[in-house]
Parts: sequence; structure tokens; C-alpha cells
Amino acid sequence: MNRKAVLLLCILGIFLLILPKITNAYVLSVATLILFFAYTGQAWNVMMGFAGQLSLGHSLYVGVGAYAAAGLFFHYGVGPWAGLWLAIVLCVLLGMLIGFLAFRFSISGVYFALLTIAFAEFTRIGFDHIDWLGGPGGLFIKVAQRDKMDLLNFRGPPAMYYYAILALAAGAFILCFFLLRSRAGYYWQAIRENEEAAQALGINVFRWKMLAVAISSGLTAIAGVFYAFYYNNLFPEQIFHISRSIEIILGPIIGGVGTLFGPILGAAVLTLLADGITELLAAMGLEFPGIKQVFYGVVLLLVVMFLPHGIWPALAKRLGVAR
Amino acid sequence: MNRRDFNKAAAAVGAAAAFSPLNVRAQAQKLKVGVILPRSGVQGFIGQSCQKGADLAPGVIKEMLGVDIELMNADWETNVDVARTRAERLIQEGAHVLVGPFDSGAAAAIAQVAEQRGVPFVINIAAAPQITEQGYKFVFRNFQTAPDIVRNGLALIGDLFRATNVAPRSAVFMHVNDTFGQAMRGAIGAILPSQTQLPFKIIETIAYDPAAKDLTVEVGKAKASKADFLLLVCRLNDGIILRREMIKQKWNPMGVVGPGSPGMYEEQFFKTLGKHSEHCISNVPWYNSKAELTKVVEKAFLKQNPKDKLAYHGLNVGFTFEAILIAADAFKRARSADPKTLAEAIRQTNITSKMMLGGPIKFNAKGQVEGIGSACLQNLNLLPTVVLPESAATAKPVFPAPGYQRV
Amino acid sequence: MTADLANVTNLALAGLLTGLVYGLMALGLSVIFGIVRVVNFAHGEMMTIAMYAAVVLNAALGLDPFLAVLIVAAAFFAFGYALQAGLINPFITRPEHSQFMLLVAVALIMVNALLVIFGPSARGVQLDYLLESIEFGALLIDRGKAYAALVACATSALLFAFFRFTATGKAIRACADNFLGAKVVGLNVKRYYALTFGLGSACVAVAGCMMILLVDVTPVIGPAYTLLAFVIVIVGGLGSMGGALLGGILIGVSEAMAGLLIQPSAKSMFSFALLILVLLLRPQGLLGRKP
Repeated sequence: MNRKAVLLLCILGIFLLILPKITNAYVLSVATLILFFAYTGQAWNVMMGFAGQLSLGHSLYVGVGAYAAAGLFFHYGVGPWAGLWLAIVLCVLLGMLIGFLAFRFSISGVYFALLTIAFAEFTRIGFDHIDWLGGPGGLFIKVAQRDKMDLLNFRGPPAMYYYAILALAAGAFILCFFLLRSRAGYYWQAIRENEEAAQALGINVFRWKMLAVAISSGLTAIAGVFYAFYYNNLFPEQIFHISRSIEIILGPIIGGVGTLFGPILGAAVLTLLADGITELLAAMGLEFPGIKQVFYGVVLLLVVMFLPHGIWPALAKRLGVAR
Repeated sequence: MNRRDFNKAAAAVGAAAAFSPLNVRAQAQKLKVGVILPRSGVQGFIGQSCQKGADLAPGVIKEMLGVDIELMNADWETNVDVARTRAERLIQEGAHVLVGPFDSGAAAAIAQVAEQRGVPFVINIAAAPQITEQGYKFVFRNFQTAPDIVRNGLALIGDLFRATNVAPRSAVFMHVNDTFGQAMRGAIGAILPSQTQLPFKIIETIAYDPAAKDLTVEVGKAKASKADFLLLVCRLNDGIILRREMIKQKWNPMGVVGPGSPGMYEEQFFKTLGKHSEHCISNVPWYNSKAELTKVVEKAFLKQNPKDKLAYHGLNVGFTFEAILIAADAFKRARSADPKTLAEAIRQTNITSKMMLGGPIKFNAKGQVEGIGSACLQNLNLLPTVVLPESAATAKPVFPAPGYQRV
Repeated sequence: MTADLANVTNLALAGLLTGLVYGLMALGLSVIFGIVRVVNFAHGEMMTIAMYAAVVLNAALGLDPFLAVLIVAAAFFAFGYALQAGLINPFITRPEHSQFMLLVAVALIMVNALLVIFGPSARGVQLDYLLESIEFGALLIDRGKAYAALVACATSALLFAFFRFTATGKAIRACADNFLGAKVVGLNVKRYYALTFGLGSACVAVAGCMMILLVDVTPVIGPAYTLLAFVIVIVGGLGSMGGALLGGILIGVSEAMAGLLIQPSAKSMFSFALLILVLLLRPQGLLGRKP
């Protein structure tokens, strides 16, 4: 990372820090959403971008994490700070179970991706049958007073959630920065580029892939806890749905798989794009339901066709900063 | 170009515009109603049906109350994240009140936004009881909760049996396993045992997947239970598949009775099934076709949708229209579009001249309207027809259905 | 025959027939993956389009879907060919997530274009024989399902014959077996890929025309079928044609039986469990070759 990049990063950081002061609630809610997807994208990127394992079932970890913390809170009044650990432990175990099964039986590529979908779908239907957690009827956790800040139970005004997810996104960014430069990072990239060669060099491929899965699923679990306490209601149909897994990975793919800025840039571009198209179409008087998603799809198509490595690598070149 | 268009255009130019603090809260001459419905995505079908009720509201209400309404339509795409940001956006653009969203999950998300921003939110349709149990101050619901729907639905089943002099002994209960179906199952489990006047017992409960593509097994299982009639909580598409499958498997119970479920009174059900849609029964919140307001709304509806029939959109149009009416009525009394004043006025609502069955629209301390009535709708001559309660009925109920065969 | 046994047999038979139609749908996916090595994430959406095509032909010209299938399949062959030649061919050497993105975008466009054009209501074809059943004593066989299953078998047989006996079919298989080798001997691999995608699409078109006899179509049902097709081909063996049919039957019958034994709403859990098991124990699928 060169000096210019550090400077850009500082400007971005300051901008994000003062954002709640200079803007309105709508922008803040959009920004919260962007950071949520930036964070989950970053978490996914550890597995795919760094270690080359394509997961299409990350909604599994968001959902299990969310339900773990929300369930504890709902039934026993245990706050999210404790629930967080349960969520992380559960998701890491789950991730490692899937990883163990897959890597032991040398399942990779498309097959691995489909295995992750299968686990997420299996869990979705399973949760539809757990009455203790509300089943398909949903789990509603009590919404407390909006103006009182209660950090212990993670209750407060929108700005609190914004700063929380900002801290998470920043934390994940820093973690990934160091991960990429650590031994694990180099091993992962070796595995990503050529697994057989990495194995031949004496890298314990199995162990390092498991590490990537564990970190990725653990990080995603935290996103789930955030989601539970931000939305205050959970439905298996929504949180485990495959469309949510896809939402999570669109950001990093559009932004640039395996890059540090890709997930953040991708999440921002996609969310702003979706809202921008909505506004633009409304301004043009084109209010056919569905037309927005058509345009959204066309833009995705163009990006993936003409920027095969995502937006960030191309942009970084322009800006003259390192990838 | 008016101010709103200008703001929209400005926002569309780019993100930069969105960051400038827009202050567009207008003077209190016009009530800006943010209508937020799922017009695309999985629930697109019903969202568009509800939208018809919103579209006719400004004209009708202008005549009725002399209040000017500007609709600000938003599509939440059957995606809760979008519901939340659209709600924020509508408020940012100056909506004085939000109306929507035909879904409990989205309602819960929008309720939080409304509460945070202190803008009243009138729910048109959403049945999860939890929404009005959160102690919200700006959230209002003019719709039955799942337990209410079931209580009314079961009572009407009792009335139906009395009116037709039939006493079935057993029912098989089939329900779609989604948010709504689950809430209904819970309510039936809780309420049915206390309804000792009902002669029947549920001998089997079958939950099926909302995305089911094929209900052969489910219907086979239900038929094998040899129950006298089918108690059904469905949605539209699965309702159609299920009805077809009953015909294919030659299962003709005394009747198909929905204790409060959508599906069987919707236009598509008739279009697709033709004569096979006949005699299905749905006990749902419905409009009173004899009410003055219903006639006005129906006229407006037919003017906007000349080829359509209000009966096919009764529940959706009715409650969406009433939600906007509630907002307009409060606006007129409050003489202000200030959200806090408006919310206070909504709390004082007492609308007696209404469209839907039941008592006057009055909110309790939780923001819930109590005493909304249901009707027993039977599909007769390819139209959902009110057969009970007698005061609103336009035909007599038929039960058991012709063609009934004991299994 | 006791009533219970008759019921079980009826349901198993229904599962078998439905499974065959599912198998035909999955066959398209399997052929495409087996040769082009691209997973078509827009598969269910393509079938949705075929279903709408059958509805439109029925409404406008009064064509029975069994006749419409010829037109729709031909159109889909051309469409698939163009899609592969124009959009997907540049992607065959790109990483999987890139291909995934491309097809997800295509799927998104398809679903919502259908929504814009046809609106959100369910559409279907109304044919009297669709509500009839053939009776053999206590056995009831759904007429529409039976016909659809027959067409599925016939289409699969045609496809098998094409790949086994025609020169083009053999050349396509050569491309799949040895990409470089095929190039070396002068085969125009990209053209064969486009041909394959066209064939897979035609398969989906036939499946769609049959499916409309069983269910109504709305713009949003595509993703569920995409997922179902995945489950089937993986169980049967991604890339194996016989496997796709076998997988379809297996999923059809096992879902029927699972629905009978446990709560029906949980029956697709059973399919996913089956999928996970197959992936772990025999990742290449029941009839697949070792990757």
C-alpha cells in the first residue's frame, strides 16, 4: 500500500466517521446497508478471494449467527455481547464441519459451491420447523425505546448501528490487510492459484483451507448478530434464502475478488446503483414493477463482461494506487 | 416542475445530491401518503392488487372529505432491506404518513423506521400479532391479527353449519408453512379447543411448503384421512394446485373451507379453475357490499379498471383504501401534516361510515383496531359471494358442496 | 388391494411421472455442464420463459402444448445457440465465480423482463383432459402427468441417440473429453459449445411445455427450479445424461415417500440431505464419471 492509498483511506475514514453528522436518516440507512454488505463481502472474500473456495451459501452463517444471538436474547434475556460468542462458535463449527466434509472428500469448485447451497437450504427448511425459534412465523425480539442508548443490549438510535457496522467493516478490513500479508495469506493465494502445486510445495492444504473457512464463517456470524438486533425480526425464508447468499457475494465480485477494497467498493456501487436506478426511473415516469431489476441486471452483466476482475483493480490502476 | 419532481431529479443525478440535506416537509395543504407495497418479486401479484386500492383513494377521498392527497408510491420488491430503505426514502422526500405493506416481515421493518423518524405508519394488511405488541407510538393497524382472523373464521364456520343444518364430525387441516400459515396454525391450535359449539375435530394436520410445485402427496394424505371436510389455509398458487389435485384424485369432501386465508377468492383462482372453483369457502375480513362507501369505491374502481371486478380484490383494495382514508381523516381533523399531530389525530380516529365489515375504526392503546368483521365468502357462479353474516349476505350458503362423496 | 397400499402406489407412481419431467429439465443442465463445463444458473428462468411461450401459443393460436413444444424447442435452440455464442463463450476460460455472476445477471434480467411483460399473475393452459385421471381399479394416473412423462422419455431418447450415433454428437463429446485434442484435430470447439447450449436449451423448452401441464407459471418460479435442477443433476451425476433422468425419478419418488412419512413441508429437506450425502459419498453423482 503506497502513500497515496493511505491518504485516500484516511479521507474515506474521516468521511465515514462524520457522515451521521452531515447527512439525513435516509442516507444513513443506505450507508448502514452498504457497510453491512461491505462487511459480509469482506468475510466471504477471505474464503473465495484469498483461498479460492467458492461459497454460495453464506446466508447460512448470517442466519445461524442471527438466530443464536436472538434466540438467547428472546428466551433468556441474554444480551448480544454474550450471544455473539455463541453465534461465532456455532458458525465456526458449522463452517468447519462443511469444510471438513468437503475437503476430506476433495470436493472443490462447482461441487463445493453447490454443497454450500445445499447446507444453507437444508438449514432454511429445518428452521421452518423449529417452533422454539418461531418457525416460519418469525422471531420477533422486543424493540426498546429508540432514543435511549443501551449499549449492553445493543439498543439505540440509527447512528449507533451505523457506527457499529462501520467499526465491524473497518475491523474486517484491517484483519484482512494483515491476513493477506501473513503466512496464511501467502499460502491461501498459493492454494487459490494452483492447489496441486501448493500441495507439492509441502503446504498443508487441508489445514489452511479450514482456517479460511473458520475465519470467514466466524466473521459472517457477527454480521448475523448485527442483523438480528438491527432488524429485530427474523424469518428463515428471508435470512437463509439463497438470494441473500447471492446479495452477499455480488459486492466482492463486482468490486474485485481477492482485493481489500473490492468488497467495500462493490457494496457501495451496487446499493447506490439500485437506489439510483429506482430514483432515475421514477423521475422518468417509468414505474413498471420489475423494470428496475432489469436495468440492474444489465449493469451487472456489463460490469462482469468488461471488467472481469471487478471495478477496483481497474480503478486502482487509474488512481495510481496499488491493488 | 414541482418541488418533489425536482428533488427526485436531483437525487437521480447522483449520490452527491443525496447527501445534501433535503428539507421538503411541505405546508399543510396536501397530505403526502407514502404507499409502500410489494409490486415486484414473489408477492408482486398482491402488491399490485393493493395498489389499485391506493390509486383510487385520492379521488374518492377528495369527494368525501375535501382533502387533497398526493400518493408517493414505492415498491419494496418483496425484499425487507428494500422495504426499510424505501420507507426512509419516502420520509426523506416528505411523506407525512406511510401506508402498506401487505407482509408482516416488512411491516415490522417499516414500523421501526416510522418509530425512529416519528412518522405515522398505517398498516393495511399484516397479521402477525407481534407488530402491535411492541409498544410503538406511531404504528397503527386496521387489520385483524391472526388470532382474530381465526376466531372470526371459526365462528363463521359454526354459523355456516347452523345455517345449512350440517354437522361434520371431522376435518383435515392443511396449511401452507410460511409466516402467515404458521401464525394461523398457532391460532387454530389455541382457539379451536375452546369452541365447543363446533361439532368437528381436526383428525390430521398437514403442513406443506409454500413453494410446493406439486401437492400430490399432500392431497393423497388428506384424502386418506377420510375427513368430512378440508380446512385450508393456502395462498393463491398452491390453492389452485391443491384444488386441481383434489379433482384428479377424485376427492370430494363436504367442502373446502378457509378459516381466514387468501387464495380461493382471488380472480386467478376463478380464471384458472373455472367451474372447479365453485363452492369453495373463505372466511375473511371483507367489505360490506351494502355499505354506502363500498358503492362509491366500487364505482371508482370500475372507472380505473373497467375490465375488472372489485370482488376479486376485495380485501386488498378495501384495506389499502381504508388505511389511506384513516390518514386523510386524521389530517382533516388535525389540520396539520405535522407527523406528531397527525399520529395523535389517528389515535383519536372514529370512522363509522366505512367500507369493510365490523364496528367503527377506532384504535386501542396499542394502535390496533378491534372488532373488524369477517364474512363467509362462497364461490358461486364464478364470483366470491358473501353468504354470511346474513346482514351482508347476497346469497345463501351451499354446504355440503354438490358432488360430495363419502370416502 | 387395500386402500393404504393403493394410496402409496398412487403416490409413488405420481412421484415417478413428475420425476421424469424434472429429469428432462435437469437433463438440459447436465448436457450443458457435461460439455461446456459452465453451470447454467439461469436454467429455471429459461424454463419459465418456455412455459410462458406455451401459454402464449395456447392463448393466441389455441395450440396444445404438445404441439407448441416443437415451435418452442426450435426457438429455444436458436436462443441457446446465440446465448452461448454471444455471451458465454468468452467466459469459458474465466473462473467459476465470474461465470456464476454472468448467469445470475442473465437470470435477473429474465425474471424481471417476464414480470414487466406478463405481470405478476399466474398463467396456465386450460385443457379439459388435464383434470382427468386414468383409472385402473384403485390406481389413479394423472393423464397430463403421464403424457408429459412420455414426452420426457422420448426427448431423452432422441438426445441419447444424437450423441451416440451422429457425427456432430460424437464431435461434441470429443470436445468435452479433450478440449485441446479437439482443437488440435481442427474441431471448431466454440461452435460445438454453442450447439450444445442450444440443445440443452431445447431440452429445457420441452420440459417447460410439459411443466405447464402440471403447474401454473409466474415470473418468479425460476430460481426454485434452478435449484431443483441442481439437486437432481448432482444426485444423478453432473454431466451424465442417464444420471439426470435417474436423479429426477429418485427425487420425485423419494419426495413423495418422504411427504407421506414425515411432514410434507419438510420433504425438500430430504432432497437436500440426499444431495449432501451423494456429494460426500460419491461426489461425481450416482452415474457420473470421476471428474
